[in-house]
Amino acid sequence: MFPKFNPVGESAVLLEIDEELTPAINRRVHALDSYMQANSLRGVREWVPAYSSMLVIFDPLLVEISKVQSWLKDCLENVLDNEAQKAKKVVIPVHYGGENGPDLAYVAFYNHLSPGEVVRRHTAQTYHVGMMGFTPGFAYLLGLDSSLETPRLKSPRTLVPAGSVGIAGGQTGIYPLESPGGWQLIGRTDMTLFDPDQSPFFLLAPGDEVQFHAVNTGAFL
Amino acid sequence: MTLLIENASLIMSVQDNGRFGFMRFGLPESGPMDWRAFNHANRLVDNPPDNACLEIGFTDASLRVEKDALLAVCGAGYQISLKGRKMPMWMSFWAKKGDLLDFEKTPGGNWAYLAASGGICSQVWMGSRSVYAIGGLGRLLQRGDRILIGKSIHRSRWDAGWFIPQENRPAYDIDISAGVVPGPQYEWFTDEAQTAFWQQKFNVTSRSDRMGYRLRGENLTHRTGADLLSQGMVMGEIQVPPDGQPIVMMPDHPTTGGYTSIGTVCRADLSLIAQAQPGISEISFIEINLNDARDKLTKTIEDIDKIEKPQEDVWTQL
Repeated sequence: MFPKFNPVGESAVLLEIDEELTPAINRRVHALDSYMQANSLRGVREWVPAYSSMLVIFDPLLVEISKVQSWLKDCLENVLDNEAQKAKKVVIPVHYGGENGPDLAYVAFYNHLSPGEVVRRHTAQTYHVGMMGFTPGFAYLLGLDSSLETPRLKSPRTLVPAGSVGIAGGQTGIYPLESPGGWQLIGRTDMTLFDPDQSPFFLLAPGDEVQFHAVNTGAFL
Repeated sequence: MTLLIENASLIMSVQDNGRFGFMRFGLPESGPMDWRAFNHANRLVDNPPDNACLEIGFTDASLRVEKDALLAVCGAGYQISLKGRKMPMWMSFWAKKGDLLDFEKTPGGNWAYLAASGGICSQVWMGSRSVYAIGGLGRLLQRGDRILIGKSIHRSRWDAGWFIPQENRPAYDIDISAGVVPGPQYEWFTDEAQTAFWQQKFNVTSRSDRMGYRLRGENLTHRTGADLLSQGMVMGEIQVPPDGQPIVMMPDHPTTGGYTSIGTVCRADLSLIAQAQPGISEISFIEINLNDARDKLTKTIEDIDKIEKPQEDVWTQL
């Protein structure tokens, strides 16, 4: 059944490695991504690595879809023996609680923890950028401690400040832009996640490792 | 040389061919809604195909020409006039300093593209001038904005008068037939939904913008559910969320999505969908295979190069 290759119109192919999301499957997607970058094919414009799939966009007037598909297949087969990958590690300083993280108290209450313990557990993990999407620069981070899982807000905020760090269900992430949003906000970073005026445009890339670091001193409320 | 915006339409922005290579970071390609009209407009004023144009959508607009210029407008749903005199679209014309160029909204489409010889020289972000307002890459144009045009080799009205023959323009109509390649989740829909998808006519709702066109029709029911593990999406992809009402992805679409896609509109026909008018147009989807979709794209690109110049006395009147 898997891996599956499916056309998405005349200009794209979707490779589904699996229908599940496991850290191992996601790591294979990112290893494939690195391998594709090192072994590019003429006519292929760009590709979008996701949790367990890879969407490849090409110019059908420059390359046949069958050629793209066999290239992708070769890449996938070769990468299995070559899974070592050099992930970039990014440390993100976060102001937890207070007006930067108005929902920290709720996340603590919901999980029967103290706010300080929520911060300790949130900063203890090393996260992995499973994929990017939603808005430019938004990274879906894998690896949240399951004791911090909290449902989304019942009614989303109309305006979440850029840099806000939030939790939604079993996911955690950072808002790159000021936007509406329904995640529980536990803190905020001063780092810029997306800057269209200056290269590198994005702080994070798919496959990166992320560690949060608390910059608060003293209490979190 | 500049164009002064005296009246901005509801959605009006600078767009070039789009911005490539950043979809992996969540940044869509952007670019023109009706890429065929955009390309024809550039061709008429002898611009390279990646030059930026003004995209004017949904309501009236007017511009003051602040220096003599060779211009062309292509698209649907607009009547243009220069100094109060009606002009055809799909033809290059010479505008003089001080002339007012009017875009009056009429039925028949949503978008018009103004190309100026020399191209628009607005700010470039990440390799493209395409505005993507939601992502903070520029903003929609407003009254009082000035658009800078690059240096042109064309110096007189004798360079004007080229036009796109009717048969080479996109066949805009109230009844739209758009070719769709099924997949990747076509099999996730019930037999009835699959049949209904090809047989019924869809309307475009007013909840449609540069990100996507929301269609209305008979519900397309999923066999088990609409949710899937988020995966990348392309322009033209027809996503069907749990409510069974399709959304066609347009140039500013989200790059990933967690709902099923029943198919993808072929690139050549995406221009027709872009011009589908909310509440008026009826869209039918026709199954098309990959080879036919590619051949249609090849033919469409060939048509963009076909321009003609009629007898001089026909166009010097204008």
